[in-house]
Amino acid sequence: MSSTTSSVPQVNEEQWDDIIGEQKGKVRLNVKEIWRYRDLLTLFVKRDFVTVYKQTILGPVWFLIQPIFTTLIYIAVFGRVAKLTPANVPPILFYLGSVSLWNYFADTLNVTSKTFTDNAAVFGKVYFPRMILPLSKVVSGLIKLVIQFGLFLIFWAYFVFVKQTVHPTYTMIYMPFFLLLLAVLSMGVGIIITSLTTKYRDLNFLISFAVQLLMYATPVIYPVSLVSSKRQIWLWLNPLTSIFEAFKYSFLGKGTLNYFWLGYSAVFTIIVFLFGLLMFSRVERRFIDTV
Amino acid sequence: MSDKVVIRIENVSKQYRLGQVGTGTLSHDLKRWWALTRGQEDPYLKVGVQNDRTKKAESDYAWAVRDISFDVNQGDTLGIIGKNGAGKSTLLKLLSRVTSPTLGRIKIRGRIASLLEVGTGFNPELTGRENIFLNGAILGMTKKEISAKFDEIVAFAGVQMYIDTPVKRYSSGMYVRLAFGVAAHLEPEILIVDEVLAVGDAEFQKKCLGKMSDVAGHGRTVIFVSHNMQAVQSLCKRTVYLNSGKLVEIGETSQVINNYLSREVKNCLSRVWDEHVSNGEHIKLLRADIIPIGSEDGQIALETSVKVRVEFINLKNIKLNLSLLVYTTAGLCVFNLISEQQEVAAGTVCVGELVIPGGLLNNDMYTIVLHFVKNYTVKLLTVEDLLSFEVIEAERTGKWFGKWLGAVRPAIDFNLIQRI
Repeated sequence: MSSTTSSVPQVNEEQWDDIIGEQKGKVRLNVKEIWRYRDLLTLFVKRDFVTVYKQTILGPVWFLIQPIFTTLIYIAVFGRVAKLTPANVPPILFYLGSVSLWNYFADTLNVTSKTFTDNAAVFGKVYFPRMILPLSKVVSGLIKLVIQFGLFLIFWAYFVFVKQTVHPTYTMIYMPFFLLLLAVLSMGVGIIITSLTTKYRDLNFLISFAVQLLMYATPVIYPVSLVSSKRQIWLWLNPLTSIFEAFKYSFLGKGTLNYFWLGYSAVFTIIVFLFGLLMFSRVERRFIDTV
Repeated sequence: MSDKVVIRIENVSKQYRLGQVGTGTLSHDLKRWWALTRGQEDPYLKVGVQNDRTKKAESDYAWAVRDISFDVNQGDTLGIIGKNGAGKSTLLKLLSRVTSPTLGRIKIRGRIASLLEVGTGFNPELTGRENIFLNGAILGMTKKEISAKFDEIVAFAGVQMYIDTPVKRYSSGMYVRLAFGVAAHLEPEILIVDEVLAVGDAEFQKKCLGKMSDVAGHGRTVIFVSHNMQAVQSLCKRTVYLNSGKLVEIGETSQVINNYLSREVKNCLSRVWDEHVSNGEHIKLLRADIIPIGSEDGQIALETSVKVRVEFINLKNIKLNLSLLVYTTAGLCVFNLISEQQEVAAGTVCVGELVIPGGLLNNDMYTIVLHFVKNYTVKLLTVEDLLSFEVIEAERTGKWFGKWLGAVRPAIDFNLIQRI
C-alpha cells in the first residue's frame, strides 16, 4: 500500500482561482462570478420565454390572454358580486394592474422557492453560480410583467386621455422602484424557502397555500380603505401593502401613498434579501447530497 | 508538461449519510448543531464505515472518499481507475464543484469544465441551435465563444439538416452526438470527463478519444475516469488508483493499471450455483468450469488448450443457442463464439462445451461472458464474469522479456531468411 504524492516545486503558493471546501464564515454573493456567467443568465431567460409558447399558434399573445381572463373573473366575482372595487375607478384598471403585479410576485416566489429541488438534475452534473437560476426567473418574470403592463397602459391611456375619468399623479415615476421592491422581496423569500427545503421538504406543502392566503392579506383585489382604520395597521405590516397602494395611488389616483410604510417595506425587503443570500450560500455547496 | 500545479487536493474526505432523510436525520442534525454551537467537533465525523457495498452497513454514515491528497500539473492527462464504489465519481463531483468535501480542501487554478454526463440542461422543446447555445453556456462558455465554434460543433455532430428542429425529434444517436459536440468544443484549462465513451457507436467513440487527446495535446489538463483500461492506457500519462475511497497508488499509467489488474482481478476457474438461487425464468445455471487440458500443475500456459464447460437446466421449451465472449480484463473483446441452435425441451439438463486451443491467447487475464439466446436474436440471460483465467508464460523464448503486445499471441511461425 504505497500512497505516494508527487512532490512538485511550489510556485505562487497562494494564487488559486478557487478553493473548494472548508471556508469558515465566508458568505458572499460572488458578483464577479455571476457577471462572468451573464450569457447563461440571458440564455436561461430566453429559454423560459421561448419554451412557454412553443407549439402554440398565438405565441406570446398568451401572456396577455391569461391576465385578461383573470381580470374578467375578478371583476365578476370581487367587483360585481362582492362589490370590493372603490367607487370612481374603472374595475378593469383596478384589477388588471394589481393582478399583473400580484402574479409577478407570486410566480417569482413560487418558482424561486423550488430552485434547488427543481434543478437538482442540472446542479448535480455541472457547476455554475447557483444564483443564476433564481435571478433568471426574476428577469423572465419581469419581461412578462412588462408585456402585461403594456396592456394595462393601453386601457389606462384610454381612461386618462379619452374618458378623462382617471387622474394619475406624478409619483408614477417611482414605478421602477416599486417593481424593484417586488422583485427583490419575492426572490429573497424564494431563496430562503428553497434553502430551507433541500433536506426537509415539509415546508413545500405550505408554500402554495400560504401564497394564496397572502393575496387576501394584501390589497390586491380590494383597497386598504375597505378595512376599518383600527385594523389597517395589521395590513400595513405586510410589506406588500404599501407597494400595491402606492401603485394604485400613482396610476389611478385612488389609494394611499405612505412614505413611512414604503420605507418600512424597503428595509424589510433588504433584510429578507440579505438573509436569503446568507442561507442560500450556506446551502448551495452541499445541498446536492441531501436534496 | 510544466511544473505548474493546477489542482491541489489536500486531505479531502467526503461523507455520505446512508438511508432516507426523515425524523432520524433531524435528531442527528440537532445533535450536530448543538455540538458545533458549543465549539465542539461534529460528533458524526468520527463514525462512518469504509465504502464496501457488498456488506451491510454498521453505521449510518459512509466515507465515499477518505483522506485523499495529490497534485495535478498543467498539461497532465490523469486517469482515475478503481472498482465500482471506489470513490471515482465522488472525486469527480468534488473536483467539478457539484458538491463540497466534508473535510479537506481542493485548490484550483484555471477554468474547469466537466463532462459528467453529456447533454446536461438540454431542453427537448428547444431546437438544436438553441440547445447548443444553452448547453454551451451551462458548461461555462460565453455566447461569443459558442458562436465562434458553432459551425464546427454542427459539423462534428453531423446534424446540419436538423439544426432548427426541436431536439425531442432527434434520434438518440443524433442527440448524443450534438451533446458531445458541444462538450468537446469547450476550451477550458481543465477538462473532467467521466465515461462518456460508453455512448455512441465505435466510429463516434474514436472521434471522442481523438478530441480528448487533442485537448490534452494543447497543454490543457484532462482528468478522465473510466472502466475501460484500453482508453485510460492510450489517453493518460499518469493514473490514480482508488480503492474503497482511499488512494492506493498514483503514478505512471501502465504500471498503475498492472497493479490494479493484478490486485482486483482474480482467477475464477470453477463456479457452482446454489440450487435455490434463481437465474431468471428461462435458465437455471448449475456449474461452469475451465479445465486446462494436459497441464500437470493446473496452470494455463501459452500452449495449453483450455476446455470451457457450462452446465445448466433449460426451463422452457425453446430454440436455444449459446453465445460466448472472451474479454481481456482491460475490456477488449478478443472473440465471440456462437453455438448452433437446438430445440430444447423444458427441464432438460444441457452442457455447453468448447476448447480454446493452445497457442492462441497472450499471457494476460481473460474473462468470459456468456449469453443464452432464443431464436438467434433474443437474449434470455447474460452472465457477466462467468469465469476468468490467466494465461501465463511458462518458458521464455528469445531475448525479449517484456510483455508481447496484443490481445492474442497466435502460434504463427515467423521466419527470417537470409539470402546469400
